[in-house]
Amino acid sequence: MTARVEERRTTLRVEQRSAIGTFRRGLALSPEFRVGLPVTLLLAVLATLGKVIVPIAVQQVIDRGLRGATPDMPFIRNAVLLCAVAVLLTALCGYLMNVRLYRSTESGLASLRGKGFRHVHDLSVLTQNTERRGALVSRVTSDVDQISTFMQWGGLMVLISCGQLLVASVLMAVYSWQLALLVWACFLPLVVVLPRFQRWVAGAYTEVRERTGDMLSAISESVVGSAVIRAYGSEDRTARRIDEAVNAQRNAQTRAQKIVAFTFPITELVGAAAIAGVVLLGVQLGIGGTITAGRLVAFLFLITLFISPLQTATEVLNDAQNAVAGWRRVLGVLDTPADVADPVGGVTLPRGSITVSFQDVGFSYPDGPPVLHEVSVDIAPRTRVAVVGETGSGKTTFAKLLTRLMDPTAGRVVVDGVDLRKVKFSSLRERIVMVPQDGFLFDGTLAHNIRYGRPSATDDDIDLAMTELGLTDWLQGLPAGLATPVGQRGESLSAGERQLVALARAYLADPDLLLLDEATSAVDPATEVRLARALDGVTRGRTAVSIAHRLSTAQAADEVLVFEHGRVVQRGPHAELVRQDGVYADLYASWTSAARTS
Amino acid sequence: MSSERDHSPTVMRQGLRVIGHAVRAEPRIFTGAVLASSVYGIMTVGSSWALGWATEHAVLPAFRAGHATTGTLVTAALLIVGVAVLKAAGVIGRRVLAGIMQYRMQARSRRDVTRQYLRLPLAWHHRHPTGQLLSNASSDAEAAWAPLAPLPMAVGVVVMLVTAAVAILLVDPVLALVGFLIFPAIAVLNLVYQRRLSPLVMRAQQLRAEVSEIAHESFDGALVVKTLGREDAEAARFQAKADRLRDANIAVGRIRGLFDPLLEALPTLGVLAVLLFGSVRLAGGDVSSGELIQVSYLFTLLAFPVRALGWVLAELPRSVVGWTRVQDVLRASGSMRYGAARLDADGPARLEVRDLSYGYSYDAPVLSGVDFQVRPGRTVAIVGPTGSGKSTLTQLLVRLIDPDGGRVLLDGTDLRDVARGEVSATASLVPQQTFLFDDTVRGNLALGDGGEPVPDEKVWAALRLAQAEGFVSALPKGLDTRVGERGATLSGGQRQRLALARALVRSPRLLILDDATSSVDAQVEGRILYGLREGSPDSTVIVVAYRMATIALADEVVYLEHGRVADHGTHDELLSRCEGYRNLVTAYEREEAERAALGADEEVVA
Ligand SMILES: Nc1ncnc2c1ncn2[C@@H]1O[C@H](COP(=O)(O)OP(=O)(O)OP(=O)(O)O)[C@@H](O)[C@H]1O
Ligand SMILES: Nc1ncnc2c1ncn2[C@@H]1O[C@H](COP(=O)(O)OP(=O)(O)OP(=O)(O)O)[C@@H](O)[C@H]1O
Ligand SMILES: [Mg+2]
Ligand SMILES: [Mg+2]
Repeated sequence: MTARVEERRTTLRVEQRSAIGTFRRGLALSPEFRVGLPVTLLLAVLATLGKVIVPIAVQQVIDRGLRGATPDMPFIRNAVLLCAVAVLLTALCGYLMNVRLYRSTESGLASLRGKGFRHVHDLSVLTQNTERRGALVSRVTSDVDQISTFMQWGGLMVLISCGQLLVASVLMAVYSWQLALLVWACFLPLVVVLPRFQRWVAGAYTEVRERTGDMLSAISESVVGSAVIRAYGSEDRTARRIDEAVNAQRNAQTRAQKIVAFTFPITELVGAAAIAGVVLLGVQLGIGGTITAGRLVAFLFLITLFISPLQTATEVLNDAQNAVAGWRRVLGVLDTPADVADPVGGVTLPRGSITVSFQDVGFSYPDGPPVLHEVSVDIAPRTRVAVVGETGSGKTTFAKLLTRLMDPTAGRVVVDGVDLRKVKFSSLRERIVMVPQDGFLFDGTLAHNIRYGRPSATDDDIDLAMTELGLTDWLQGLPAGLATPVGQRGESLSAGERQLVALARAYLADPDLLLLDEATSAVDPATEVRLARALDGVTRGRTAVSIAHRLSTAQAADEVLVFEHGRVVQRGPHAELVRQDGVYADLYASWTSAARTS
Repeated sequence: MSSERDHSPTVMRQGLRVIGHAVRAEPRIFTGAVLASSVYGIMTVGSSWALGWATEHAVLPAFRAGHATTGTLVTAALLIVGVAVLKAAGVIGRRVLAGIMQYRMQARSRRDVTRQYLRLPLAWHHRHPTGQLLSNASSDAEAAWAPLAPLPMAVGVVVMLVTAAVAILLVDPVLALVGFLIFPAIAVLNLVYQRRLSPLVMRAQQLRAEVSEIAHESFDGALVVKTLGREDAEAARFQAKADRLRDANIAVGRIRGLFDPLLEALPTLGVLAVLLFGSVRLAGGDVSSGELIQVSYLFTLLAFPVRALGWVLAELPRSVVGWTRVQDVLRASGSMRYGAARLDADGPARLEVRDLSYGYSYDAPVLSGVDFQVRPGRTVAIVGPTGSGKSTLTQLLVRLIDPDGGRVLLDGTDLRDVARGEVSATASLVPQQTFLFDDTVRGNLALGDGGEPVPDEKVWAALRLAQAEGFVSALPKGLDTRVGERGATLSGGQRQRLALARALVRSPRLLILDDATSSVDAQVEGRILYGLREGSPDSTVIVVAYRMATIALADEVVYLEHGRVADHGTHDELLSRCEGYRNLVTAYEREEAERAALGADEEVVA
């Protein structure tokens, strides 16, 4: 792993290992799987032995109990009783094995989910954005479920089936090697054919999964985009798209079902052929005296033992393949290095006033042109800095670098003399907090959301913060005050109200540098001015960086940074910049004409 | 949800009724599947009979006599293979037809449900969480028809059991008695099994949905989680739920682990019993050894299929829940009714709002008594403090939601009397919250009837008007660039301008902008507004705005406060007579003045 190559990788890894390699790594990742495994396997072997009891009993009864003119009743009774006890004991072994297996696999999978989930949050925003949210979610949910079916059924079936085939073969060979060879000859072609069938089946199911994914995203469009669809009358187009996706999924499912239906009875047909063959050959052998009638009949029962593992073989192989695919996708997350990582042995910066400096910082999004060039900026402690510039000029990008959501592709960002990449995350997040423009809220109450930045905050702390921000009037106007539910993503609040909550949340977290990225763009001017003043009054001692298109912010700032095409083209206090001939003067002119009453 | 309730007779009855719906919808396929399955059932019994016949007439006589009759032997072999072929045909027919039926029903439910989503009003969508609607269309539609997969098999098994009972009775009543004890025992044990299991499975299913909900929300808000450094807390929240899922799954495993080996042991015990009693009967000369073999073999064969009855029963509660949820959507009333009126006038639209009121919940009205008119071609600004109801009003104007009271008239026609599709063809709303589909730029702009494609010149003209031409032409694939989920690869201002272009490309007669330029800088905003004014004389325009430039562009202003029209007039009129309005729009100026005064003070002090 060379750092240089990893640096620009933002998409999630595609796991390249072989199936066996993936499997091994998957097992290594969840040590819980191996807890008590030897005992579980021993129990599995004992449980499997239960299956040969019937053929042995039949053989014994026919050959020994029914040999004479009258049945040997005591022998038969003892044999049957002994077998019954054995059956019950093996059932008990089966029970114990299942319970142990479920416990260890479920524990392993739960911790795998947790690890995957945690790692998704560790990935940088850029990596996170390369996948749809839904796809990321399935990497810690349904993909893990795929592993569980195999671990609890398929994996064991492989072992049991192999054991079953082995025991049956040994027993058959003991009874008659000629007949055993015949049965093997009948089933041998299946060994060649079944993997091919399995590939078909697997291909068909891959198709089903892909079509299901398409269908779900088509359906989700109709739900998530419901307002836009209505506003633009595109119901028919959406309905057509959904119909296509639903029908394609149905066809894929039907096709897969057909393939399975045609491959499934093949083993059974082969089994019937083997039975017929055994009858024909067995009779010849019996006439020659090489085999007893009981053994011949027991053979017929043994063949059914042969059929069932082969019948489930395609299913098991399919399961195994799904599990490997599921593991690959989970490992894809875990193996993607967090390109913006919490440094090992990082520095904890003491709290207090903060200095920031950008040193020749450049940035380009992956596969994109540079959007920031040689940005060198110093932000002094306890200052108010405004960042302005045309849309698309790189302001948000600047903010993301300052909060280390991304690392610069050139130059460095230094905080209190320490490279940002060396600062411990916990320390960094405590000191620098950004409020993004889209005020995402969690489904819950207002209080729940405001407290999110500082879980230890009491209701009094929240009240105090709201008072300081001048939001008490608004809060009292709400039907349930702090207990008002905000709905999913905060959608039961108006856009401006959402931003108020997001701001209060960051404010309560009490960072040393508060970075507002158009955080009040939807708030009315009167409230905005009040907020700005409140932030100002209490930000003494704290640095505030605001990105805004409303230049009222810039007017109040100690320093204004003017961005154009990814460069800082002007900087200085407002009063100075308006006097210069430049971008800022132009922006200000259109702002005043926009903001003034006359 | 208690397990008693899940299995109350009503659930059983309802479950059967759900199955009845499917049978009535696809009678021919169902009949075919049942016939095929019956062939399978009869042939399963047949195969043991064939084996018994072979033992009795070919194997044992040959052993006894020391020589074999070729004819009997060949017949025996042909019989065994022939029965197997018929059985295989039955299996194939059953599986294919059952699959077709199940998937058809699923697809049908999915289409119906999503149609209904598109039909139901936005207000209904507001009341239902996204996750729930998605699972109604996916997992609920699936669960509803899940019993259809094992159903034909179960019917076939019933046929099989009857045939087997007759076959055994023909052999020997005492052995039949063993069978009549064992098979009902298997069936009952299986029923108990499924009853114990299905509530646990449903619980696990529920938890699985909850786990995925947490992941969804948490990944959706990843930026907030990161910026506030709450990754550990989120991981703990997720792990807690994942651990509950683990425990639920282990509980399922316990039940499975107990019953699966028992269900396997029962028929084995049955065979042993047959051997014991059969030997007694054999001694008495009541059965032949071939018959004894036949019955034992039959027991091993039947042991597995008998479980199919349990599978159907197990799916019933889940099916009923899924079906009820789907029906709830399909039965949801309040779907928007449309009239027949057309809005085919030319030129800018005339808008009247009469005594409008609306509330998201009944006790808290958001708008009340809103009343104003807009003459064709005019531009009206709607101004009001945060949360005063402006966005709600814009949604009422394009009939995304219907008012609780009052009316909205477009060209003199009540919106509720207008034919479907007419309002969206006449009026375009650019919502406050920009929503872009994960599609190309072109796909996002040319949303619509999908009939004739929008010509590129028109698309570019709209982009030019929205000041988006520059950056779109700089995108790697121009109009065919995909914008990512919710437009993630664009800057905030770029997203907003695409949303604006989406409305403009339709040359609406009524254009409504809900704070649609909040993320663009003042210069670009100025250019957009200037372009709108010059470039679309055919539109009546409603703008929700705070900025003076936008308001100055308007002929009139409607000032909202707490969901009521506090004043209505020209900007100058409102400025002089409405205090709330004055405070709102002059906030920046007053702030600047104050600061200037403060600055002067400081200079004096210094
Ligand atoms: N995730 C991304 N992937 C690729 N390009 C991006 C991404 N995010 C932003 N860009 C591009 O980077 C440039 C700068 O974007 P940025 O978001 O920093 O602009 P901004 O100054 O904040 O603009 P606005 O005022 O519109 O918010 C834009 O051209 C944008 O298209
Ligand atoms: N889906 C909803 N469910 C419940 N209440 C809602 C919903 N949407 C909005 N509200 C409430 O209705 C009121 C008006 O909201 P609306 O979005 O119309 O305000 P607005 O004037 O557009 O505000 P802003 O200037 O912030 O955009 C607010 O108090 C809000 O909390
Ligand atoms: Mg931005
Ligand atoms: Mg609004």
